[in-house]
Amino acid sequence: MNPLHIVVCGSVVPDPLQTIEPLAGLAGPALKNELLLPAIFDPWAAHALYEAAALAKQCTGSQVWLVSLGPKPKLQQVMMSLAQKGAFTPVFLYGPAHGFADSHATAAVLADAVAAIHGIDRSRLLLFGGWESASRGQGVTLQMIGERLGIFDQFQGVDRFTVRDDGSFEVWERIEGGKHLVSLCSGPPALFGWATGERGEPRNDPQMGMKNMRSVLPALQQAKPASLAADGLQYLDVRLPSQQRATRVVRDQSPEAIAEEIFAWLQDG
Amino acid sequence: MATTETILFLAHPEPSGLLARASLEGLAVAQATAAALGVPLIAGLFGADVHIATSSIGACGAGRFLAVEAPDFAEPRYATDAAAAEALARAASATVVIAAHTSRLARVLAGVALRLNGRVDTHVNAVDYRSGLAVTRWFYRQRIEGSLRRTQRPWFLLVDPGTALAFSAAPATVELEPVAVSAPSTHTRVTGLHAPSPAEQTIRPEADLLLVAGAGWTRRQKDGQTHTEDAEQLILDFLRLRRASLGSTKSLTDMGGQGQPVLPFLSHLNQVGQTGSTPRHRKGLSTCCHGEEPHVVGWRFIRERRAVNLDPNCGWARGKADVLYVADAFEVMRHLNRLAAAKVEEAVP
Repeated sequence: MNPLHIVVCGSVVPDPLQTIEPLAGLAGPALKNELLLPAIFDPWAAHALYEAAALAKQCTGSQVWLVSLGPKPKLQQVMMSLAQKGAFTPVFLYGPAHGFADSHATAAVLADAVAAIHGIDRSRLLLFGGWESASRGQGVTLQMIGERLGIFDQFQGVDRFTVRDDGSFEVWERIEGGKHLVSLCSGPPALFGWATGERGEPRNDPQMGMKNMRSVLPALQQAKPASLAADGLQYLDVRLPSQQRATRVVRDQSPEAIAEEIFAWLQDG
Repeated sequence: MATTETILFLAHPEPSGLLARASLEGLAVAQATAAALGVPLIAGLFGADVHIATSSIGACGAGRFLAVEAPDFAEPRYATDAAAAEALARAASATVVIAAHTSRLARVLAGVALRLNGRVDTHVNAVDYRSGLAVTRWFYRQRIEGSLRRTQRPWFLLVDPGTALAFSAAPATVELEPVAVSAPSTHTRVTGLHAPSPAEQTIRPEADLLLVAGAGWTRRQKDGQTHTEDAEQLILDFLRLRRASLGSTKSLTDMGGQGQPVLPFLSHLNQVGQTGSTPRHRKGLSTCCHGEEPHVVGWRFIRERRAVNLDPNCGWARGKADVLYVADAFEVMRHLNRLAAAKVEEAVP
């Protein structure tokens, strides 16, 4: 099949094992000590990148770009490991990547960045990303980038993507009740918001990492600042949920007695 | 902010012809919002045939019932669904569009909002109308909760399932106003659904109970051996007897890709937490789970939580579960299944 131009959009999020706390900032809510929190690449976007790298290998001549908006130090930290997972050309924008930034403004700057990629052929474009981020979790940014770029074959919650001999794609999207919707798309341009996919995290490839980092570092230096205006969006309150429960710890009961207690609880109501 | 809102409830029928429960919950939110603000409510439905669905909500108090109806709009597909939703929002001159967060609507409404120069917020948990319209939603995968409002209109709100009581009333005949829209060209054709057979299906959103299986089920047990087949049987028996839904931790689903012993019926679709789902069931029973924050995230909306775990210092013991049983889950589940089987036998005449 014809070589593909695959653009993956994704950014950094705080490591989910870290405790996070919201903070009222001058420009709206933010995370306390955001720049000190260890970051990872957004998990679902990472799956999109792994799938893109594998697809590019499968279709000779294909290219992968990674378009990422975030704070420079965090992007640099995360790229050190991400660069070892697959070959890509980085395109960075310097700006906020926290969950309270407006998705509409984010989509606008990312769409402009994709459109400005030198040498990209929109007729061969596959736009990849996570179906939701682990920060804002709206699941709308990628969709709006697609609209702005005139891509009207869009799929969300993608778990499987198969290229057929005629160049068409079979796509499995997650829907309710543990099912998948199966569609056939005749070819690019198309947009895929990835869920987990079927591919595990690739092993680190230090050689690929070194190769990627040669373009990552200049791209970080050249990253343009992106201003995300939150016009019309007003946060009234941002808070941590109360989650403390008075847990009763049962230590010295037999499995039979525990099973009976659980059974009675399940029967109740 | 617009001083007068017009609220559009947007929905699509299921293959049965009726609206999904999530849509009926969305309708209840739209109804309550319109009533509280004293503004008109309009219902807009799209699909191949929306008559049965429209009649089923005929008593919802909507002033108009708009319909985009044609075979082209039967299948869930971005290009056609977006065109239908756009036409309905324009025909209603809606300033606020309220819909359920179904996979079908979540796929298109951000794009539609952009076409109409509006805004969209998804995973809405509550709509507050005490001083203007505001919504509550979660950030950072249910770890931070926030309330916000927007001045731009139209404002599309996708309401999470399980956050409101579903609209319920006897069917009523209504006059449908057809909205003309020609289906746009698309390169996408829906070819079908893929679902495990009912016997294999372990995800049951309507179930009262969520059983969460953790990686401990595949670890070495007291005798130094793994007992994955026993674990499989115990879990599947429990799901069958209790009609429960099954969730799993990331570590357990990831094992499949790492060549370790796995429970073969588990997939990433079962996964709850940061990179999984956040299901809403009334009760939750976790077994052999040792996760802390990412794990709790998956359980955010489970009202009554109990856990069976060998580790009394597990994250669950620190204010996350109502009861933590420090015990061997294999033994507890074996007894539990006996009790459940006896109950099932009792029920059979």
